[in-house]
Amino acid sequence: MDPFNTLTGIAAPLPLINIDTDMIIPKQFLKTIKRTGLGVNLFDEMRYDDDRNEIPTFVLNKPQYRDANILVTGENFGCGSSREHAPWAIKDFGISCVIAPSYADIFYNNCFKNGILPIVLPQEQVDVLMKDAEKGANARISIDLEAQTITNSEGEVFSFEVDAFKKHCLMNGLDDIGLTMEKVAAIDTFESTAAQSRPWV
Amino acid sequence: MSPKTLYDKIWDAHVAHEADDGTCLLYIDRHLVHEVTSPQAFEGLRMTGRTVRAPDKTIAVPDHNVPTTLDRADATTMTEDSRIQVEALDKNAKDFGIHYYPVSDVRQGIVHIVGPEQGWTLPGMTVVCGDSHTATHGAFGSLAHGIGTSEVEHVLATQTLIQRKGKNMKVEITGKLAPGVTAKDITLTVIGKTGTAGGTGYVIEYCGEAIRDLSMEGRMTVCNMAIEGGARAGLIAPDEKTFDYVKGRPHAPKGAQWEAALNWWKTLYSDDDAHWDKVITIKGEDIAPVVTWGTSPEDVLPITANVPAASDFTGGKVDAAQRSLEYMGLTPGTPLSEVEIDTVFIGSCTNGRIEDLRAAAAILKGKKVKDGLRAMIVPGSGLVRAQAEEEGLADIFKEAGFEWRLAGCSMCLAMNPDQLSPGERCAATSNRNFEGRQGRGGRTHLMSPAMAAAAAITGRLTDVRELM
Ligand code: SF4
Repeated sequence: MDPFNTLTGIAAPLPLINIDTDMIIPKQFLKTIKRTGLGVNLFDEMRYDDDRNEIPTFVLNKPQYRDANILVTGENFGCGSSREHAPWAIKDFGISCVIAPSYADIFYNNCFKNGILPIVLPQEQVDVLMKDAEKGANARISIDLEAQTITNSEGEVFSFEVDAFKKHCLMNGLDDIGLTMEKVAAIDTFESTAAQSRPWV
Repeated sequence: MSPKTLYDKIWDAHVAHEADDGTCLLYIDRHLVHEVTSPQAFEGLRMTGRTVRAPDKTIAVPDHNVPTTLDRADATTMTEDSRIQVEALDKNAKDFGIHYYPVSDVRQGIVHIVGPEQGWTLPGMTVVCGDSHTATHGAFGSLAHGIGTSEVEHVLATQTLIQRKGKNMKVEITGKLAPGVTAKDITLTVIGKTGTAGGTGYVIEYCGEAIRDLSMEGRMTVCNMAIEGGARAGLIAPDEKTFDYVKGRPHAPKGAQWEAALNWWKTLYSDDDAHWDKVITIKGEDIAPVVTWGTSPEDVLPITANVPAASDFTGGKVDAAQRSLEYMGLTPGTPLSEVEIDTVFIGSCTNGRIEDLRAAAAILKGKKVKDGLRAMIVPGSGLVRAQAEEEGLADIFKEAGFEWRLAGCSMCLAMNPDQLSPGERCAATSNRNFEGRQGRGGRTHLMSPAMAAAAAITGRLTDVRELM
């Protein structure tokens, strides 16, 4: 996994609440057996018309946001299914940071496993960044994960919270499985105790 | 000992390791796998030379994009990419030696229906699957939730999940339900009240007389939609009904092990003075047969209500409601019972069990589907299908004009050819009414099987009580 440390870039504004994983990546694109290549279908049904032409008014189709690497959006982002194709599509498009007032649980977790930083900020601060993002490509936003800060184009600084363990893994690009394997003795012990106490499992 | 909730008890029994910061390795008793969210996880194992740690606790079944038409044994009815996914699961199951129910097996079906049916899901277990509706298994008093594909790989390799404990939420449904009101109406009403983010960060325990009165099938319907309320998992304490359901199933314990299991299962309830972070109480008699009008499962109203206006809402919901109304092609003020439909879909892991089919058949017996309407019943598993045929339900459906399909997810998420066309309106017993969920531009109204059957007869959203 790519380590995440600092990021400066273009933020695309998507001011909708309850964006679900079907909107992020519709199911017809879940038939892949790979993790890559989903970026062209990110937000597919909002992004293309029935003839597969781009809908020019959709934010990621506007020239100034084509290279966006940050997404600013509304509450409960990523609700719906557990499909990891949603963060895969976001990452494959080139976005590695999402800023929203809240997220659905599973999506939030999935982001960290794919080198995406999902930042939670209070609604008022998201509103400020949303306005900033609406200014277009010149309004660059900087994120510093180590310092846990966001700096907008006006130089305003916002701090955010993130779980220390998740931050550590993200900053070092650590693979969860490798970390867990280091605790295999604990798992072995648990398993043999459980085999006695709950043999039917 | 300090009092504990049911969730606390199951959690405590499964912590294999706890770090100083409270991050835990939770041991997983059952890992269910399907074709859509697993190929990348198995690919990851191969790339790193890892194996499946506990193949005997891992169960796979293809369900999401298998065709449900009667000719599906002919592989050409599957699109190329679907076929590749199913074949990948066939191969992965074989290579890694996990339990498998292939498409050709009568026990095949939707993973959340197959698990309980085969006795894989038992009280007090931890159950995960790369699918958010894993919450269904909570009906047995097991801690069950959906995970992403990276976590699928993590569980395959380590039989554990990195987790932090969630908060406890109690949803109590008191008293009795009125006639015509079902488990689906309970679960939709709860989401209508809490919103789709109301349960985020919580594990919900459903309790109260109305929940106790439900069959195991009904309890699965309630827990299934915990995720639509934002909660990762929903739970119901096991009782005699649970034990009766489990007993004798192929993978349930037997003999002395059964007695030992039962002894432990009987301790699985929330202590009287346990701490709850959030409590919601709803009177059973206040719940009406409901339908959804919008594109979020929280957009719930009694069937006797009218289509709302965006101005009835506040905050971000005003724009969202406006967008929903436009997408759904609905005019504020229209009685919901006048909204005409084109399609009826009865099935899914929410309502594809035998009791659901019985409820639909009770309404459809001797009646006909309205002319021009497409109506489809997709049983949740091959065994549900066989039982419905034995009980004569299949004949009722066929005589009424329903298509009688083979088991799978089908039009719940429309990954196979069962899809809505743009603008088509569907009365569905599934769990999600998101934009495009049942096909691009398709319009979904969620409801109970009895309500969907009633809609099939009249061709519009219908109060089932009119037909009872
Ligand atoms: S029936 Fe629908 S909700 Fe259930 S597992 Fe299948 S696709 Fe998911």
